[in-house]
Amino acid sequence: MGSGSASMADHGTGAAMPGTHPGTDHQVDQHQEHPGERVYINVAIILTVVTAIEVAIYYIEAMRGILVPLLIALSVFKFIAVVGYFMHLKMDDPLFRRIFIAGLTISASVVLALLAMFWTEPTFFR
Amino acid sequence: MATAIESQTAVTAHGAGHGQEASHGHADHPPTSTGLDHRKMLMWAFLASDTMFFGALIATYMSYRGRSEEVGIGPFPHEILDIPYTSVSAFVLLMSSLTMVLALAACQKGDQRGLRVWLFATALLGMIFLGGQWFEFTEFFHEGLSLQRNMFGATFFTLTGFHGAHVTIGVIWLLTLLFISLRGGINKDDSLDVEIAGLYWHFVDIVWIVIFTLVYLIPYDEVEGAAEHTEGALRLLPVTAHYLGSFVGL
Repeated sequence: MGSGSASMADHGTGAAMPGTHPGTDHQVDQHQEHPGERVYINVAIILTVVTAIEVAIYYIEAMRGILVPLLIALSVFKFIAVVGYFMHLKMDDPLFRRIFIAGLTISASVVLALLAMFWTEPTFFR
Repeated sequence: MATAIESQTAVTAHGAGHGQEASHGHADHPPTSTGLDHRKMLMWAFLASDTMFFGALIATYMSYRGRSEEVGIGPFPHEILDIPYTSVSAFVLLMSSLTMVLALAACQKGDQRGLRVWLFATALLGMIFLGGQWFEFTEFFHEGLSLQRNMFGATFFTLTGFHGAHVTIGVIWLLTLLFISLRGGINKDDSLDVEIAGLYWHFVDIVWIVIFTLVYLIPYDEVEGAAEHTEGALRLLPVTAHYLGSFVGL
């Protein structure tokens, strides 16, 4: 408790943090500017191409064997691109990232737990 | 006790110091314990909780995937899902995320015309998506799919319907911002208002990215394959246990 309070106090004054300005916070230094329009357009082009790839591989019979993991990987890529660049989580304050990742982790755990329960139930697919 | 009071004072001072935070054009929020704007913090907390909400709906959909085929009550997903049509919807929503972020960039630069144009474009793309969803729902209903018809109908309409409701709220929010902007109420210093609306809008986009993959793109015969693999693996367990038991002489 004591050490936590002390570290909080240090964090608050910002005096003891190397590489920070007195009276401000280290988060200010970590905080980067939003990217410009060019970056946004490039990200949108990449997302469009990835979506086109997702739809294309859906129709390719030869891809059936690896279709599900590939689709999930592409979906995760798109998810991270939107959250990181359009929602600015990549360059915004780390606290926002932690809050969102906490929710996402619980959400993913719920999905995985339910799927594990249902998909390992022997009578489920009968 | 004294330490606690000191730390609280320091935290308050930290908040005040962080009042000058480079929060993208919105530096004049009241001092907070984190030094970050409460509204943005609230939005991220809401999005984290909404992730759990959609996680539960997606988990329910996935858990009941293939159930309707088992029972034999159609229509079944592979009979009525239209991938090319939904791909266009996905593209429309993806582009609306681009126009939303361009609206924010315009606002941060003080470009009022750009802000209005991109806000309008985002709301329009959102309405096109909703129109597409309405058409899809109507088509499915005419083909006999409803909430009560089978497990696919119940889980599909619940999941995509709640997503559509989120998009509807987003469109109303964007049109409200556009209206306020037209009355001259949004300037460079208010860019956080646009950013928070943008966070919500991008969230509905990422939810659709997940729905598009899990509901539409992953083929339904893959589920049968997964079922066979699961059953095969489950059958292997007692055989393996018996083999191991006899091996160690139990």
